Amino acid sequence: MRITLNGEPFDIDEPLSVTDLLNRLAIDPRRVAVEHNLSILKRHAFEATIVREGDRVEIVNFVGGGERRLRGR
Amino acid sequence: MTDTPFVIAGRTFQSRLIVGTGKYPSFPVMAQAHAASGTEMVTVAVRRVNISDRSRESLLDYIDTSRIFILPNTAGCYTVDDAVRTAHLAHEAGLSNWVKLEVIGDERTLFPDNEALLAATRILVNDGFVVLPYTNDDPVVCRKLEDAGAAAVMPLGAPIGSGLGIQNVNNMRIIREFARVPVIVDAGVGTASDASLAMELGADGVLMNTAIAGAQDPVAMAEAMKHAVIAGRLAHLAGRIPRKMYATASSPIEGMVGR
Repeated sequence: MRITLNGEPFDIDEPLSVTDLLNRLAIDPRRVAVEHNLSILKRHAFEATIVREGDRVEIVNFVGGGERRLRGR
Repeated sequence: MTDTPFVIAGRTFQSRLIVGTGKYPSFPVMAQAHAASGTEMVTVAVRRVNISDRSRESLLDYIDTSRIFILPNTAGCYTVDDAVRTAHLAHEAGLSNWVKLEVIGDERTLFPDNEALLAATRILVNDGFVVLPYTNDDPVVCRKLEDAGAAAVMPLGAPIGSGLGIQNVNNMRIIREFARVPVIVDAGVGTASDASLAMELGADGVLMNTAIAGAQDPVAMAEAMKHAVIAGRLAHLAGRIPRKMYATASSPIEGMVGR
């Protein structure tokens, strides 16, 4: 089944929790924020939130930035 | 000389210099520059994690969070919704409710969209955020932001990344005179004297990124900025002499040889 992960198509074998998705991607859950179908998840909800076919997931973290725009880089 | 502490929303900072984390030649250079600047607050942006390449180092590994407070920004946001959403994501990623709020209105100048900025400020203040809006050098807009609950105002000295220095010196002075919250000059600093001038005008702090990160020697420039901010602040507190059109001799006239 296919989900949209950070704007790109991404295949998963079966529905899985956000925690499992982060594990699979080798992402430290303490350093990211996750949006599931446009709603921002609290960290304690990662385990209980299940990602299914067609869902949209955004995973963001902090990157270098200041008074300079990063757009279009 | 004793100074009043630099306090934003109840949090006290020893350093009045806020620094960015973008555009450095490398993370180690950034970390050295942060140390040399003496900064206690750095700004970071919120972006999608690179899914395909997980090997990249994390910015946070190079920020000494025991000493440096992280201020997430909403850089690159052009709408109220995007800015509010980004602020909430930053909150979840960093567990801080502070945000440097940017809502950009024009791509070429990166000037803020004041109407959207004000709307986003109201929403985020209501959501419990400590909001530091990046704004035009307009005293009326700054007052409106303050009335909306902004914890500080961050008027621009010049367009972002331009290095032009403070373009409207008098506006900056008026903003400081009117404001009841800290005023942080944000954007436009090109070199140390620009930072000094901001502080001489009475600004409570200065935020810069490109001036340090883009310098040929970022670490040396970071140190220069540290001194510039301290010097400008001291000069402000010391009270400068009035400007006069003609000379006033510093040495006595009496007792001159040959008179």
